[in-house]
Amino acid sequence: MDALAPVTPVEHGPSLRQRLAARGFDAVTLLVVPAAIFSLLLFVYPFAFGFVLSFEPKAGGDWLANYKRFFSDPFLYDTIANTLRLAIPVTLINLLLAVPIAFRVRLMRRQRLLTTILVLPITLGTVLVAEGLLNYLGPQGWFNRTLITFGLISQPLKLVHNYWGVFASLVITGFPFTFLLTLSYVTGIDPALEQAAATLGASAWQRFRHVYLPLLMPGFAITFCLSFVQAFSVFPSAVLLGEPAGVTRVISIAAATAAFEEYDYSMASAIAMIMGFVQLAIVVAVLASRGLFYRGPASGAKG
Amino acid sequence: MIRDTTLGSKLWAAAIWFLVGFFVINLFAMIATVVTSSFATRWLGTWLPVAFTTRWYSSAWSEFQLWDVLMVTFQVIAAVVFISGALGVTAAYALARRDFAGKRLLILLFLLPLMIPPITFGIPLATVLYQTGLAGTFWGVVAANLVPTVPFVILVMIPFIEQIDPKIEAAARVFGANTFKLFVHVLLPLLLPGILAALLLVLVRTIAMFELTFLVAGPTSQTLVVALYYAVFAAGVRAVQSIDAMAVIYMVTTLVWLIIALRFVNPTQIVTRAKQQPAH
Repeated sequence: MDALAPVTPVEHGPSLRQRLAARGFDAVTLLVVPAAIFSLLLFVYPFAFGFVLSFEPKAGGDWLANYKRFFSDPFLYDTIANTLRLAIPVTLINLLLAVPIAFRVRLMRRQRLLTTILVLPITLGTVLVAEGLLNYLGPQGWFNRTLITFGLISQPLKLVHNYWGVFASLVITGFPFTFLLTLSYVTGIDPALEQAAATLGASAWQRFRHVYLPLLMPGFAITFCLSFVQAFSVFPSAVLLGEPAGVTRVISIAAATAAFEEYDYSMASAIAMIMGFVQLAIVVAVLASRGLFYRGPASGAKG
Repeated sequence: MIRDTTLGSKLWAAAIWFLVGFFVINLFAMIATVVTSSFATRWLGTWLPVAFTTRWYSSAWSEFQLWDVLMVTFQVIAAVVFISGALGVTAAYALARRDFAGKRLLILLFLLPLMIPPITFGIPLATVLYQTGLAGTFWGVVAANLVPTVPFVILVMIPFIEQIDPKIEAAARVFGANTFKLFVHVLLPLLLPGILAALLLVLVRTIAMFELTFLVAGPTSQTLVVALYYAVFAAGVRAVQSIDAMAVIYMVTTLVWLIIALRFVNPTQIVTRAKQQPAH
């Protein structure tokens, strides 16, 4: 037996370390571990916990009681429709505004100044925008005053404490974000493709329709999803600028009410799960329809 | 560059500039309303207030204990920026440089907190934090804010790291640098612009992050944006101008950081690695 004592790696094949390294696991890969543990502890675990908790109703009853209550009470289930009525038009408007503006800005020499101005509202925060819009769009605000001075209207328009107030605030806070994403997708496409189309005599609309649109579709799908997620979770502006008991009683208000006014964390988790489900369903639907369009490189042939 | 000179395309361009102008004018008018109101003595039903004063700033300062709120805000932000930088950059490095089983799953794990609205995961997260007694404390607020910022740093940093030629690292390895030395002497200097950009964006995001802080903050761990919300929500007791003064302080705080951030990073390159078009 002693004769066999010096075990060489050759007899046993590569060491565990080498085998792991061949599969991409080594000291460098381990650097991902802290962030992964963090994400498991603070994102996956709470989510799973909330999911389980939502089946343990505070008031007792069977395990689906929270969900049954949600879908049988119009004050609760209407919040889904209220949220979608806000989020979908806002996302579409933001996208429809962002596309032509991004195409225009792309041709500008001094893009940076304009992008900076358009990015500004991101930093204002929904609370400041709400406060500003209450003053600005209110019956005595500058907006109504200007319209009356020019004789466009005779009575101040009612623009706050209703659907339109929340709508305006979502456009102001959401547009810069949508615009930035759209602009970066638009500028990511090789201009040589458009020049080739122009050489062949394609008009501006044809170039957009047949060159840019197919290439941009995946980017638009992602932009739509990210903007939709933002608009869907509208909370402070729906309270401050809207009609939190009526048309803008969005689903996040229902969830916050359950958690912090009724202290019913089980119900709140159930509402959060429904909210996540509705939102993910739309995201998945949008991303799936992306597969119907062109997929491939968006750079020139010479790359 | 292609120049269209038909009447239709000129009209189209004019319409777009009109839209941009309309948006920007209303945006600035809205901000101006808040600023004017914060300096106003009495402002009811007229174009401009009767007179101007700065006393709302001093009253907001004492009424809302702004010094304490600002201190808490900056401490929370400093902690969030530092921790998300440390966790995010290291993880991004591993994800950018190595291919391993389960990498796609990990990336999905880091993508999800950005695709799910904060209030959706915030409520279960707050429930867990309340059970562990962490909610309402300083570290509870920091932990909640880290959930979206760590993935954000990772996803912003991956393209930055991929741009660095691995040969540089290989050369350092040949000269005997270990992973730590490689990080400090080679990668950190090269990545510094990217890291600064990512962290400044985390900073701006954290100042504005309402939902997560709102869900877990206690009376002594409110950040500026949550304190502002409560001030507006409980309006009527306080003068509107005082709230506006606070909103202006908030805006200036974020604006300073945004302008610094924009000096380091081109905003259009945050999301994709769009190549800069050569200036014609």
